Amino acid sequence: MSARSVPAALGADVVCALEGVGVTRDGRRVLAGVSFALRAGEVAGLIGANGAGKTTLLKVIVGLLAPDAGTIRRATGGVGYVPQKVLLDADLPLRARDVVGLGVDGQRPGLTLSPTRRRARRAVVDEMLAAVDATAFAEARVGELSGGQQQRILIAQALASRPRLLLLDEPLANLDLRAEQDVVALIGRVAREQGVGVLLSAHDVNPLVSVMDRVVYLAGGRAACGPTAEVVRSEVLSALYGSRVDVVEVGGRIVVVAATTEDAHAHETDQAVASGLAT
Amino acid sequence: MSLGGLIAPGFFSNGPVRAALLTGGVVAVVTAVVGIFTVLRRQSFAGHTLGEVGTTGGSAAFLAGVNPLWGFVAIALVAAGAIELVGVRRPRQRDLAAGLVLGAGLGLAALFLYLGSVTSPASGGASTSILFGSIFIIGPSMVSSIVALSAGALALIALCGRRMLLVSLHPDLAASRGVRLRLVGAIYLLALAIAVSLAAETIGAVLATALLVGPPATALRLTRRPGRALVAASLVGVAAVWLGILLSYDSYTWPPAGRTWPVSFFVVALVLVFYLAAQLPVRRLRARPRARARGEV
Ligand SMILES: Nc1ncnc2c1ncn2[C@@H]1O[C@H](COP(=O)(O)OP(=O)(O)OP(=O)(O)O)[C@@H](O)[C@H]1O
Ligand SMILES: [Mg+2]
Repeated sequence: MSARSVPAALGADVVCALEGVGVTRDGRRVLAGVSFALRAGEVAGLIGANGAGKTTLLKVIVGLLAPDAGTIRRATGGVGYVPQKVLLDADLPLRARDVVGLGVDGQRPGLTLSPTRRRARRAVVDEMLAAVDATAFAEARVGELSGGQQQRILIAQALASRPRLLLLDEPLANLDLRAEQDVVALIGRVAREQGVGVLLSAHDVNPLVSVMDRVVYLAGGRAACGPTAEVVRSEVLSALYGSRVDVVEVGGRIVVVAATTEDAHAHETDQAVASGLAT
Repeated sequence: MSLGGLIAPGFFSNGPVRAALLTGGVVAVVTAVVGIFTVLRRQSFAGHTLGEVGTTGGSAAFLAGVNPLWGFVAIALVAAGAIELVGVRRPRQRDLAAGLVLGAGLGLAALFLYLGSVTSPASGGASTSILFGSIFIIGPSMVSSIVALSAGALALIALCGRRMLLVSLHPDLAASRGVRLRLVGAIYLLALAIAVSLAAETIGAVLATALLVGPPATALRLTRRPGRALVAASLVGVAAVWLGILLSYDSYTWPPAGRTWPVSFFVVALVLVFYLAAQLPVRRLRARPRARARGEV
């Protein structure tokens, strides 16, 4: 099972490396033995069904949750993070550019009064808005933008502090096919142009196949990591789920199907895998 | 009616009126600025609770013979601390905590007001001024205290306003940037306690929430920029308070003549009128992308 092996020694361009990470929530083991590494300019897809632990793993990498086993190493320079289900209220008194501006200095106490500082912030905001193709709606109230536009703004916000690692939790949720493709293309471009390592979660591999350099597949509390073609295979996923899983290609799309058994446990797995089938 | 007719003779030369305009204006600005964040953080109920338990502190202060403002501030700080302690462990139960604090506080207030009326039977006016404010009888000694407390609350908001905006996007996002949610929440509650106490002193403990959330709710419909929302809320608040004072002064000649109508009534009514008025043209105003070409932060 080469896919689960510990990644190669930390190179200079490694922005994040996990080794044997385990997480317990509410006394229940959610993840165990998660190991992988991410390099600058690389896009990795964190794939798993609902409840597989994608959000949990991202929070652990950000530092919002403490792991109870293993080590996490991050390149210096902070992380950009877009949580799952950010609800931008239509009443928020923030334009799109204000949200990106909060990405520059929102964590600082006090006010920014110095004109030089304000100009510098303005330049970064304009640059980031351009980087995500959001200049056209920069002045709009952020809560009134479409889901895809909001996702772009949140990505620009996360990039504004110039992190080397960008973590996006379900950035494709609630997007239609077109918006989904736009955001995926954007993520690939941002990773290359800004030289950041991107780890983004999704419940389906298909939309990401074109940009993913590697996949981190979560199931049964464990992870398989490697190039998509090596991980999303029947043998690897069956071992991960602990029951037979078939990976088939239909019309150029990868479909993960649980093999039918009478086993009650496997039935649960059916449910989990089914969400991968839905799209 | 012309402006000359609206402003009754002697309005600007009247000492209590001038003190009321000054303190009322300052308090309106502070409650508007703090209130923007109250609305964004969806903590109106906590604000309301701090105002209403103010009656406990105000009546206790009256019993002890000190200005009710100090009672408002003291009890609001205690209540804010209690809400914070419960809310930290279980954020979802913050409203519940506020409700419990509110119930306990109002029970005590009833007792204190009763004791006050027993010990000094002529104190009927005290409960009215605690419940509905006393903007016309703010002594000169209180003016400087009110201005100082206002400056303190504004400083707290200046210190952590930007971080609160980040938190309003998503708490996890803010935490990932190193924002300490508990610290920011505590600083905000401190500012809220001060703002609500000031509003209680001027327009009354039970009406403080109207001044706290009314002007900000109006402003949030009018503008999409944080700085402008603060300015608009302040303007709406000041307009409501000053017009309220003016109308109350005028009402001396209204039936049943010989007494002024309560300022608080006018202020709260004006806050509501402004809020309703903001609902009307806003949709069209906002849809027009006027500021596109400019776009300073
Ligand atoms: N706040 C929490 N406290 C305790 N357990 C939690 C908490 N949040 C999630 N869990 C548990 O951790 C496990 C993983 O949840 P997580 O949210 O990481 O899954 P996910 O892969 O992000 O799912 P989704 O696709 O629905 O977002 C689940 O079993 C869930 O019940
Ligand atoms: Mg999740």
